[in-house]
Amino acid sequence: MSARVVTITSGKGGVGKTTVTANLGVALAMRGQRVVTIDADIGLRNLDVMLGLENRIVYDLVDAVEGRCRLRQALVRDKRLQELYLLPAAQTRDKSAVRAEDMVRICDELRESFDFLLVDSPAGIEQGFRNALAPADEVLIVTNPEVAAVRDADRIIGLIEAEGKGPARLIINRLKPELVRRGDMLETEAVLELLAIDLIGIIPEDEAVIVAANTGRPVAFTDNSPAGRAFHQIARRLLGEEVPFIPLKEPSFLERLFRWMRSEGEEQG
Amino acid sequence: MERDGIAIKGTRQGLLITLGEGPWEAQMDTLTRRLEKGAAFFRGGRAALDVGSRPLDEVQIRQVRDLLAQYRVDLWAVQSTADATILAAVRLGLSPILGPEEAAGRAESQGGREEAPIPPAGGLVVERTVRSGQRIEHPGDIIVIGDVHAGAEIIAGRHVIVWGKLHGVVHAGALGDESAVVCALDLAPTQLRIADHIARSPEERRRRPAPEMARVHRGRIEAVPWPHR
Repeated sequence: MSARVVTITSGKGGVGKTTVTANLGVALAMRGQRVVTIDADIGLRNLDVMLGLENRIVYDLVDAVEGRCRLRQALVRDKRLQELYLLPAAQTRDKSAVRAEDMVRICDELRESFDFLLVDSPAGIEQGFRNALAPADEVLIVTNPEVAAVRDADRIIGLIEAEGKGPARLIINRLKPELVRRGDMLETEAVLELLAIDLIGIIPEDEAVIVAANTGRPVAFTDNSPAGRAFHQIARRLLGEEVPFIPLKEPSFLERLFRWMRSEGEEQG
Repeated sequence: MERDGIAIKGTRQGLLITLGEGPWEAQMDTLTRRLEKGAAFFRGGRAALDVGSRPLDEVQIRQVRDLLAQYRVDLWAVQSTADATILAAVRLGLSPILGPEEAAGRAESQGGREEAPIPPAGGLVVERTVRSGQRIEHPGDIIVIGDVHAGAEIIAGRHVIVWGKLHGVVHAGALGDESAVVCALDLAPTQLRIADHIARSPEERRRRPAPEMARVHRGRIEAVPWPHR
């Protein structure tokens, strides 16, 4: 058994990479997977806060790379899920503290004992991103339905393809169905057409995510928020299940009428 | 002569430089020495670089190109079995030669047969999506089979033909050729340049994408539907 290394990246900052990493880690671990979430954002670590594990960190990724501790000692076990771990980033160093080879070595060392290694990439296209990409078997791109975020995602996809790490799959985060309905936000279809890659999940805008980030309890722990359910769907798709995409856009009157007429027709035919 | 791992031989298409196995810096030092020794012989020639399966990035290929340029040798092609290397070469506007036994090496082994002279710059075919931040330069024609996304740049000495959507920046006739044209199945570039002329796509959203050809007509760039009616 060897873990799948999944790198979560975006190009643009603030689109929700860390939120996605934390919640996918929770969702996968709740499904019995042994998961390590790895914070590759050296110097600007956040994943520990999202997971509510900040006060349990003793050693970090850079300590493990530089041999101040064994890799196992740097892993922080989640306080709620037995099979969820965090490999925290160092806060007092910067991206140059780790090289791409170090990330590959660390991940190879963890592969044997886990099912998933989720690498949370820093924003940007510089060394930190390269480090996060180096060990990846698969890549998930997080974007928002905004032109600037989609443009950066396109840039990142090009770089991933050039490294031979593709095909990457897309997560559209913070979709506001009512804005899409009013025509004020890029539609899912438009984003997919612009980027020409496969979709693995759509996460609706959800206030619960903000509350969760502040309390260190990711929304994926419960089933009562739309975003939480969306993360579980992505986890199931990662595990190979066929999960249909729920339409976030409520059908218009005409669409409902059309559907009703079609179903009537089918019944008669 | 090949003890140092680098082979340089003459082919009908110019020099073929084959790199060896060792570490990159050592290879570059060796290449520098070899160029130094034969400086007079190499001057004014052009060269293809065969790197085998070694993955090279743009920085490394640019390093070779600049090194060769110091000895007045023009790097025109990169031959490799590694996709990353080929992509990096394409991004630098060099002709990619995929696989170990292709053109550059074979030209010599075909012996005395007469071959058509190679034009100074032929066409470059790019069979993939060109994404934001990617730049393709080529002194001849550029043909893209795929889409050119917004944020990408295509710069050609002659024509640009895109069998797909063209949403990035495109410059045809970049060396001053006003007769160059730009054709695309969906011609909606962020900016379109031909020689010294610049045009932008109309701001309003298009009804239905249709094939168009842009060219310079009476000192201005104009786009006409294709086929021309």
